[in-house]
Amino acid sequence: MRVGVVTFPGSLDDADARRAVRLAGAEPVALWHADADLHGVDAVVLPGGFSYGDYLRCGAIARFAPVMEPLVEAAHGGLPVLGICNGFQVLCESHLLPGALIRNDHRKFNCVDQALVVESTATVWTSGYATGQRIVVPLKNGEGGYVADEKTLDGLEAEGRVVVRYAGGNPNGSYRDIAGISNERGNVVGLMPHPEHAVEDLTGPSTDGLTFFTSALKAVVGV
Amino acid sequence: MARVVVDVMLKPEILDPQGKAVAQALPRLGYDGIAAVRQGKRFELDVVGEITEERLAQIRGAAETLLSNPVIEDFTVRVEDAI
Repeated sequence: MRVGVVTFPGSLDDADARRAVRLAGAEPVALWHADADLHGVDAVVLPGGFSYGDYLRCGAIARFAPVMEPLVEAAHGGLPVLGICNGFQVLCESHLLPGALIRNDHRKFNCVDQALVVESTATVWTSGYATGQRIVVPLKNGEGGYVADEKTLDGLEAEGRVVVRYAGGNPNGSYRDIAGISNERGNVVGLMPHPEHAVEDLTGPSTDGLTFFTSALKAVVGV
Repeated sequence: MARVVVDVMLKPEILDPQGKAVAQALPRLGYDGIAAVRQGKRFELDVVGEITEERLAQIRGAAETLLSNPVIEDFTVRVEDAI
């Protein structure tokens, strides 16, 4: 299985995302923002960072990068896409996921090992977890407050599309403690915390994040 | 040339931490009596040629697509004097 990881100008966590893909047993493929081609990959990760310096709004300019055109089309067709942190912001700006991310309510940059509860295992990226499983992965952002109107939030809850929720206190003012959501089909998932930083004991607070990547591998290859 | 101004503001129901920080700083400087502050963005677009309804519609399209995120923000478009 080949998993593309897009590098935008200002992406930071693309190398870690490729490493997580490799540790999960898949082949990472570096994709370039200015290349309007997905090079036949089986899934795509939009990594964390500060694409285009977070100018205008986080993810607002990356959304119009050439690579996003085939990506949005493929995502509508069922291609597994995972957006982490800035990648989540790009997915919201692209309208592949509803809502938006705004500045943390306490106005400080957050960098913590964050407890989460996996609420939906019906997505390509979380099928390997148990429903209700508590995991710990790093969270690091300044604009991680998830917002949407009440109707959208009610819809997400009713359809089981809240994928991960913050546990042990809300770190950034996200409405209803939402840390990550999916599209209706469950192939597109976005979250603010960083599973790709929790894939090895040496470098992460846990290896809880690896299951995001092995779940996708299993969904695509069936192993 | 003419200047078109696009003002973008967070929707009223969306929390504005930056505006809140400004509101908290004002009384410390002695500027009392300000109940709330909302912070927005102002874009000045210098438009080549005459401003027609068609051009304005284009600019509204740009405001809706790129300059603002309609999920969390509202915008207004207005023409300033020729420059």
